[in-house]
Amino acid sequence: MLRVCLKGANSAARKCLCGNGVPLHPLQQCRSYTSGGSGSSAGKIVAASVLTMGGGVGGTILYANWDPKFRANVEKSIPYSDQVFGLALGPAAPPPVINKPRKVEPVQISSMSEVWKDSKQPKAKEVQRKAEQPDAEGPPAPAPQETLEAAAKCTECEHEPAVKERPEGEVAARLAEQDKAEQDLLTSLSSNLEDALGSTAKVTLQAIGAQEAALQAIAQHTRQLREAMEAEAPPDKKSTQWRVLEDALSERSRSVDEAGAAVLKAKAELDKLRGVIDGAKHLKIAAARPSILAAEENLHSMVVDLDSVVTRVQTAQSEAKIVSQYSELVNEAKAQFQKELNSITPEIQANWKGLRKLTQDDLNSLIAHAHRRIDQLNRELAEQRVREQIHIDSALEQQKLEDKKALEVAISTALEHNREQMRLEQEKKVEETREVMEAEMRTQLRRQAAAHTDHLRDVLKVQEQELRSEAEEILNSSLMEKETEYRRLTQDQLDSFTLDMNAAYARLKGMEEAIDSHVIAEEEARKAHQLWLSVEALNYTLKTAALNDPTEPLEGAVQAIKESCAEDEFAQALATALPSESLSRGVYSEASLRARFYTIRQLARRVALIDETRNSLYQYFLSYLQAMLLFEKAQEAPPAKLSAEDLDTFKLLSYAAYSLEHGDLELAAKLVNQLKGESRRVAQDWLKEARLTLETKQVVSLLSAYANAVGLGTTMAP
Amino acid sequence: MANEHGQKWDRCLADSAVKIATGLGVGIVFSVLFFKRRTWPVAFGSGVGLGMGYSNCQQDFRSPYQLHGHRVKEQ
Repeated sequence: MLRVCLKGANSAARKCLCGNGVPLHPLQQCRSYTSGGSGSSAGKIVAASVLTMGGGVGGTILYANWDPKFRANVEKSIPYSDQVFGLALGPAAPPPVINKPRKVEPVQISSMSEVWKDSKQPKAKEVQRKAEQPDAEGPPAPAPQETLEAAAKCTECEHEPAVKERPEGEVAARLAEQDKAEQDLLTSLSSNLEDALGSTAKVTLQAIGAQEAALQAIAQHTRQLREAMEAEAPPDKKSTQWRVLEDALSERSRSVDEAGAAVLKAKAELDKLRGVIDGAKHLKIAAARPSILAAEENLHSMVVDLDSVVTRVQTAQSEAKIVSQYSELVNEAKAQFQKELNSITPEIQANWKGLRKLTQDDLNSLIAHAHRRIDQLNRELAEQRVREQIHIDSALEQQKLEDKKALEVAISTALEHNREQMRLEQEKKVEETREVMEAEMRTQLRRQAAAHTDHLRDVLKVQEQELRSEAEEILNSSLMEKETEYRRLTQDQLDSFTLDMNAAYARLKGMEEAIDSHVIAEEEARKAHQLWLSVEALNYTLKTAALNDPTEPLEGAVQAIKESCAEDEFAQALATALPSESLSRGVYSEASLRARFYTIRQLARRVALIDETRNSLYQYFLSYLQAMLLFEKAQEAPPAKLSAEDLDTFKLLSYAAYSLEHGDLELAAKLVNQLKGESRRVAQDWLKEARLTLETKQVVSLLSAYANAVGLGTTMAP
Repeated sequence: MANEHGQKWDRCLADSAVKIATGLGVGIVFSVLFFKRRTWPVAFGSGVGLGMGYSNCQQDFRSPYQLHGHRVKEQ
């Protein structure tokens, strides 16, 4: 379609161009601008390139959306691509913060494990199992605590690089928060420590007490055992003794168990305490150090006590072991002896107490056996002595070894204790020095802080001044602006209001004036109307004239007129200008005057010759004769100018008649006024009437004209 | 005013008639009484009467034109 249009346009252009008669390069100019064949391929190429471009850009954007590194690369390499990406995808996500958790230090509860190892009991395995459990529990309990704290520390350190310098108030707030947190921690810590210490102390004391009790029990048992072994008491006492011994043994075992349990508990508590202390140590609050140290000392002392007690118990136990071994041996010997005795004297019960019932033979045999036994025993004793020496040596050596071991153990424990002590002392010293350092640092910091605060204060003061002045300036300027604006607005408002008010007032005034003028005009119109009405009334009264009678007296109407136009001088003048006789008597109508004229004319004709000089009867006769004999035109048009000839009575009368016939009373009156002599005298009456009528008519016409004029003047034309 | 003429004529004639009649009568009377029924007093009387009537009539008709003057003595 485009091609068609182009072709059409081209043909038109061609026609135009060719039509203009430019034959120089017709071919060139009439060349078709549309290349039909190549157009589509060009379009195809264009479309393909556009598609490729679009595909490339879209693919880039999609991949950038998926891979932020690629996006960053593209943004770096191609300028303004970041804006495009921002438009298309939104801002790039910030790089993730790498977490570096702190190493978790394993807690050393070496002394504990050593203590556990030393306590070997018949139920040692159970105890060990129990020990292992808390041992396992102990380290993991502090460990997760530590990990938690480490994690907490990590989060703190994670936050720190991300946070830039905070504002001072925030820093102060943070410091305060930190202080408060520290305080809280401290208090909690101290309370924890105290609680732990208390419980630990209690438990340790309990354990110590239990151990002491165990010790006592062991000692008693041992003693009793020894007594039982050594003292050859009578059999019944022996049985009681053995019973007592059994009780003591049970007591001992019980107390040992109790002690063991107490020691377990104590050790658990100590572990806990240690864990708490370690936790407190890990929190690294400086103020807690002395309490930590004290707790540590307490712990140490408790551990020491516990260890000592345990060692005492151990020694007692070892003694007891020896004694029990000895007692075992003795029991063995006894049993053997008994067996021998039984073998010799089977019917005798192996009971020392049943000894009295024996016979002589038995006794002899027994004595012999006893002697033999004694010999044997002596031999054995000698052997034993020799062996004993060896044994003693070996035992000594063993003992030495054991002693060494024990010594080592003791040394190690003492070393540990010492180390601990040293450590504690060191820590104490460190603490002290730290405190001192802290104090010094605090003072220095305080000094610095003071200097800083001073500096800050100065700077702040200066800034405050500046800012204040600026703010004041701004405030003033804005205030001024606002004030001017406000004034302007109020002024505008006032102006507009005044304008409105003025306009309204003017309109009001105009309206009032218009109304007044209207009122006046209406008044005038009314008056004019009234005047006109009264004039019409007057006119009407004029028309009421009967044929031969005058009109009604015009007085009433004139009075009405006078009343209606009280302020109108012209009307008043006119009203007063009416002849009084018209007012009182009325005037004759023109018709009546016309009618009367004819009689007057006759009479005037008859006395035409009579005047001042001729007024005898003879003259009268003559004038009658003249009137009879002289014929004039009944009516003759009067000329514009009267000449001397026209002053003849008859002519005048005919003129007057003519003018009367044509309604011109005035002219008739004028003509009649030219009569002379008796004719005049005769016509005088008529003339007077005619004059009256004319006057009245004139005045009335004037009045009516005036009323009409006034009425017209006052009438509002729509 | 137009009637004045008529009235005058009426008066005049009436008056003349009366005068003539009166003159006639007087004439007759005189003629009868004094002048032995001569006719000349009748005529004379009627004539006098007529004359008087004529004069009155004329006077009546002239009356508007009569000027009445007054002599004013200068002092």
